[in-house]
Amino acid sequence: MSQFFTSNILTATVATGIALAAPFLLAALGETIGQRSGVINLGVDGIMLLSAFGAYYAALQTQSLVTAILVGIGVGALLGLVTAVVSVTLRAEQGISGIGIYLFALGFSDLLFLKLVGTPLPINQLSAVKVPLLDRIPTAGGMFFKQNALVYLAFVLVPVVAFVLNRTTYGLNLKAVGENPAAADSLGVSVTVVRYSAVILGSTLAGLAGAALVIETGIFQENLTQGAGFIAVALVYFGAWRPAGVMAGALLYGLTAAVILSWKGLGIIPLSVSDLAATAPAVITVLALLTVARRFRQPAALGKPYERGS
Amino acid sequence: MTVTSDPVTVATPSAHGRRNRFLIWFALPSSALAALLVGAVMLAALGTNPVTGYRALVTGAFGGSYALGATAVKAVPLLLVGVGICIAFRANVFNIGGEGQIAMGGLAGTATALALPGLPSPVLIPLVLVAGAVGGGCWGAIPGAFKAYFNVNEILSTIMMNLVAVQIMNYLLAGPMVDKSSGSVGGLIPQTRLLSRHSWLPIIVPGTQLHLGVLFSVLVAIGVYVLLWRTSFGFRLRAVGLSREAATYAGMPVRRTIMLAMTLSGATCGLAGSMLVVGSISHRMVTDGSLTGFTGSAGFNGIVVALFGGLNPLWTILSAFVFAGLLVGGSAMQVVTNVPSDLIVALNGLVVVFVVSLDYARRRARMAETAARYQAPTLGLAPPTEAVAGAAEEERA
Repeated sequence: MSQFFTSNILTATVATGIALAAPFLLAALGETIGQRSGVINLGVDGIMLLSAFGAYYAALQTQSLVTAILVGIGVGALLGLVTAVVSVTLRAEQGISGIGIYLFALGFSDLLFLKLVGTPLPINQLSAVKVPLLDRIPTAGGMFFKQNALVYLAFVLVPVVAFVLNRTTYGLNLKAVGENPAAADSLGVSVTVVRYSAVILGSTLAGLAGAALVIETGIFQENLTQGAGFIAVALVYFGAWRPAGVMAGALLYGLTAAVILSWKGLGIIPLSVSDLAATAPAVITVLALLTVARRFRQPAALGKPYERGS
Repeated sequence: MTVTSDPVTVATPSAHGRRNRFLIWFALPSSALAALLVGAVMLAALGTNPVTGYRALVTGAFGGSYALGATAVKAVPLLLVGVGICIAFRANVFNIGGEGQIAMGGLAGTATALALPGLPSPVLIPLVLVAGAVGGGCWGAIPGAFKAYFNVNEILSTIMMNLVAVQIMNYLLAGPMVDKSSGSVGGLIPQTRLLSRHSWLPIIVPGTQLHLGVLFSVLVAIGVYVLLWRTSFGFRLRAVGLSREAATYAGMPVRRTIMLAMTLSGATCGLAGSMLVVGSISHRMVTDGSLTGFTGSAGFNGIVVALFGGLNPLWTILSAFVFAGLLVGGSAMQVVTNVPSDLIVALNGLVVVFVVSLDYARRRARMAETAARYQAPTLGLAPPTEAVAGAAEEERA
């Protein structure tokens, strides 16, 4: 145990935890935007899978990670449009339609992978960008300021999303639509436009999360996400629909996972129970849902399709 | 939610009536047809003749007694999960945790079979199945209680329970339950030892895989139908599902009903899990590290099956058989045309999306039909609410 608290290992663990948290954070921020407008998108995991494959394939073809990220974003936006049509225009039960989109993407991404790529080839990874000066701070520098660009982006997006939600007309309209669509509608806010844009924006971030995940892993495989998108949805509840809360949840999740990985490597927890220890993030999330998160109210119109005059 | 009926529909039943009847009767088949059409386009895009592909699929699923037997066996977990989903969804609780409940049921059943290998079959098999139902039931009861008493969103909690279940499964199969004689170069294989022959489900038709579990799962489906539509518990459950407020007002134990619905839903999933083990060809529980490896995604596909069966356990029997055919045929298609059977997973997803997308229009059509049938005056009276229309619809079902 004492070896864990040496500064090198601690630094490495925290750095890993932050990197692990980034894809969860991106997807969860996107889900937050959608849910604030009243739409639950349970297909996030599927969107991440297809975007991850899109990004992976683009990276293999062009050797350019920028193209890869753009393709991931594009796939996310496209699936967001599909999600919006199904949940806003066709008023489908969102909990179930999301599972449908997830199943579709799960099968389709592997189908494309097997037919278009076949043998898994590694792609380039993003190199770490050191923040000048800050990276020289002892300990903290190594923890926070030697990450790749997507990790920084994920954390920078937290205040950005919070600002948009709380300080812009669009954000206020969006929250109004999520709380009381009829009232927003009566004031001339188009519920449809707001929800479409929120879902597409959120899915774009999920697409980015998928790209980030595959770039971090360096390789695509069947069911690459292993449920990361579902965890992202849970983190939104954990964070009580607030970007800062969502970030706290993602960090808790990433750090717990990193600590367990590190302890496993150091032999602090025996290999045989490492599987059990891996349940910790999920258990913590459930406990959080049971305790802290219950004190906050969800957007009043969450999951309810809007119809004029009802 | 109150949905206003469309007065025009009542006034001119001809055109709207036709459209409504089409939606009511053909929404589900046309969803499946649409998904198959998309599949045909995908097959063509992959350079395979769709006719060849689908012919291989149908032959592989339904051509001959062996194929039919394989399809029926594949249908067992789908049917059991499907009727579990019927129970939960009828109570308006969304059980997405089928995967984890199957795994926990499989583990409980396997542990029972490992612990009591000497018991005769007529005792051991029921014990194994009961253990499976209890294991899955417990795994369903936890999110059920969270939902009922703490108002924790069940979709999230069941997904988290899946994540916990997969790790427990991996731990148990690599640790306490591992077959210590299976040692190879790379260490122990994460699987149990061969289960006692007494726990194997007997084959009904020699030369096929058709085992007793097929009959049993059909009986369970019929039993669930009776439970939902012929008992007061089932009435309460559906009432809670249609309107929690109305059920509370009528003095029904809403919370207990929700919790019981999730528990029963988990129990049928757990039953599916134990049957996956004792009805398998390998007769042991193996893990490849993922839930899908054990369940074959039955926890998710069961949702497709139940939705396609209109959340009615009897129609779910047919629906499970059809979708099992797709899955079995998908593997056959992979052999013939070299198109990965993932195509079928994708098509299943599309069926779900199409069914739920049409569901809203379908519900409206039903309400309009109900209103037209009862000649409800269009002026001066409140339009039928969703609950009333739903109840009237179910009376006829």
